[in-house]
Amino acid sequence: MIGERSITLVVLGLLLAVVAWALVVDEPFTITLATRAAILALAAVGLNIALGIGGMVSLGHAVFFGLGGYAMGILAYHAQSFSALDLGLVSVAGTKSMPVIWLVALGVSALAALLIGLLSLRTSGVYFIMITLAFGQMFYYFAISWSAYGGEDGLSIYVRNGFPGLNTLVPIQFFGICFALLCAALFLNARLRASPFGLALNAARQVPARIETVGLTPFRLKLVAFVISGAITGLAGALFADLNRFVSPTMFSWQLSGELIVLIVIGGVGRLIGPVIGACLFVALEHWLGGLTEFWHVYLGAILLGIVLFARGGIVGLLTGREGPHV
Amino acid sequence: MSLILIAEQVLNGLQFGVMLFLMAAGLTLIFGVMGLINLAHGSLYMVGAFAAAAVAGATGSFLLALAAALAAAALAGVLIEILVIRRLYRAAHLDQVLATFALILIFSEGTRWVFGSFPLFLDVPDALSGPITLPGGIQYPVYRLTLIGIGLAVALGLWWLTARTRIGIQIRAGENDREMIAALGVDISRLYTIVFALGAALAGLAGALVGAIQSVQVGMGEPVLILAFVVIVIGGIGSIKGAFIGALLVGLTDTLGGIFLPELFKLFMPADAASQTGSALASMAIYILMSLVLIWRPSGLFGARA
Amino acid sequence: MSDPILSTHNLVKAFGALTATDDVSIDLFPGEIHALIGPNGAGKSTLIAQICGGLTPDSGRVVLQGRDVTQDSTAVRARAGLGRTFQISALAMEDTVLENALLGALGASHRPWRFWRKALSDKALCERALSALERVGLADDKDRRTSELSHGQRRQLEVAVALTLEPRAFLMDEPMAGLGTGGSQRLIGFLDGLRGEAPILLVEHDMDAVFALADRISVLASGQVIATGTVDEIRRDPAVREAYLGEDA
Repeated sequence: MIGERSITLVVLGLLLAVVAWALVVDEPFTITLATRAAILALAAVGLNIALGIGGMVSLGHAVFFGLGGYAMGILAYHAQSFSALDLGLVSVAGTKSMPVIWLVALGVSALAALLIGLLSLRTSGVYFIMITLAFGQMFYYFAISWSAYGGEDGLSIYVRNGFPGLNTLVPIQFFGICFALLCAALFLNARLRASPFGLALNAARQVPARIETVGLTPFRLKLVAFVISGAITGLAGALFADLNRFVSPTMFSWQLSGELIVLIVIGGVGRLIGPVIGACLFVALEHWLGGLTEFWHVYLGAILLGIVLFARGGIVGLLTGREGPHV
Repeated sequence: MSLILIAEQVLNGLQFGVMLFLMAAGLTLIFGVMGLINLAHGSLYMVGAFAAAAVAGATGSFLLALAAALAAAALAGVLIEILVIRRLYRAAHLDQVLATFALILIFSEGTRWVFGSFPLFLDVPDALSGPITLPGGIQYPVYRLTLIGIGLAVALGLWWLTARTRIGIQIRAGENDREMIAALGVDISRLYTIVFALGAALAGLAGALVGAIQSVQVGMGEPVLILAFVVIVIGGIGSIKGAFIGALLVGLTDTLGGIFLPELFKLFMPADAASQTGSALASMAIYILMSLVLIWRPSGLFGARA
Repeated sequence: MSDPILSTHNLVKAFGALTATDDVSIDLFPGEIHALIGPNGAGKSTLIAQICGGLTPDSGRVVLQGRDVTQDSTAVRARAGLGRTFQISALAMEDTVLENALLGALGASHRPWRFWRKALSDKALCERALSALERVGLADDKDRRTSELSHGQRRQLEVAVALTLEPRAFLMDEPMAGLGTGGSQRLIGFLDGLRGEAPILLVEHDMDAVFALADRISVLASGQVIATGTVDEIRRDPAVREAYLGEDA
């Protein structure tokens, strides 16, 4: 059977190869699809830290995706309308600079993850699932009723935000940015998993009682993981908004939270490359099946049922022949 | 703001609350007895609404429509219980979430396939249309009042069922100890199917009843499902009483918050900003309520201590 | 006599009408193995939970090295020097043997907040974990998945994880459970040598092990300590014979 590390390299290589091919035959739309896959993968890599290592079945990760999106939307909106962003005590100018937007997206979603985690990690199991789902809905309705930033209609950003030295409007360059961030997140995830923190977190998922008797607190480990996880998903949200040059409350929707979990499970829960495989397959299915029938979600549902009932461990599980972590 | 308006909103809140109870009661029973988190419960709500709309459209009878809703939802419930849900009782929560999420996708798209994307309309029956004058001069729609009555009747019926009947005793025993009830010679898989069908029928009933005052469309179930989750988190998983109290709390908070918070903010803010801040906050009110309950009692008002 | 490392003072815990722990006071002195025995339902599990921090007593105190830890969490008690093993192995089955042992080392170093460096390349942590594995005889199995271990090896690992904490007192909940004769003999030999490092409160059903190891024995019945004494004193105690040994012997 194949080792996990080789699968990781092959998958990333394949994604690059597809993009290279698209560049050669001049298929910018394929590059955009690949970019979309990379961004969704990044969001799911974030979720995989909470879900795959920490065992937290968060059905509310769209909150962070949406917050990242709105961080981008609001900053860019103020920049393009030359209006000040009033934060109560201070007012700041908007910005069209990606790195600044990313930092804000990371910060805002980390803060939200801290608050949501503090509340929802007081519970576990089904409660945790329901509560994270509920908080997701809270942000969704808040975004709808917040008319200053477009309410239900969302916000359009006319020109993609800039990155020093690059022309982000060129599809391949924007893909490069997203792919680099994805790789960085994967690297971070790998290091995290092997670090003392990752070891403790992973054990906290399996045997919380043991973790306490060696003097560690599962709550704190999980909370920190949840914050890191939320921040990464938030960063993906900012990129997603930039890809579409549009943000709307649907970025907060519960369907999106569900789909992020689906991506991970298709690829393999707790596997480093699982979310990337899942995202690529998802985008491919969405594109091909979606082109064949407008009811492609029926097939997605059937595939998903098949995986849950018969192929636990996802694609990586099938390829390596080893069961993954149990969540 | 008059007393009449307040009374009207309280009634609206009650009506919303009892409909949430119909959803939450089934969910909490299913979780309490089988340990299953069922995201597809909202789909059963939708199935009920569509069945009612289709039958009402064909026959013109609202009663037949309600019967169809109950039957269709219960049937769909039995079907998915036997085909899918049954395999999930001992599975991890993640598997339950995914499989029932998959069911949502299948139900939603399947319904869109059959009925199309346009909303259907289910009319309030003639006998129940129009307002009635309540003591104190409050004009209130008869239909909504009927919904409150039906909701309360179902709550009473469920209380009777769980406290007084043989199957209720089995349900309560099943909550406490699965092996025990199997040892008593109860056919556990039949009991599970019955409980699931009962929960499904309640969801279908709620869908049909609410469908007459809102539009019947694909995706109508999930927002209600998530509110029902909030209800259960507040009330405590597995508790019918908790679901009832939680549902009324959520119904009243949501309805009254939407009306009064903007008014409240108008007292010290310009009208424009007040209505925006007020309505934004109102949209968050029930989640803030949920957070407060969580801080106070992590396992809900009537939940067993976690 | 020196002060006890671990002691409980008049612990009471009731569940409704049932008083599971009824005014229990026991001590664990340096250098001793103090066995706690009693029939099923005597309240041993409830007592262990109160000592470790899973349950808060209705009244009474738990004192660890002179410090009142009654209100402290399990984690705080562990950091204060209480090393516990579980009756049913509580190990991260998906992880390797070494990784499990590392958990104790991590806890003992009070530093799980390292996110970047590999745990397996942290020399200090690994040495600590490896030396514990060596002592229980699992060093050769360090890279195996814990789920592949035999029952007996899991019991050994359970002890090793507690060892990596370098605790001031051990609480061992039926460490012999499920071990064959050979395994039991080895573990008895090992625990015998361990008492010099830290005293052991040994909750055990295996009477051969108890009689071989214990310096003192306390007998729990219906939530109360009905006798405490040396092995011989307990063997002779008529109340004990009636409540416990009478049925068993």
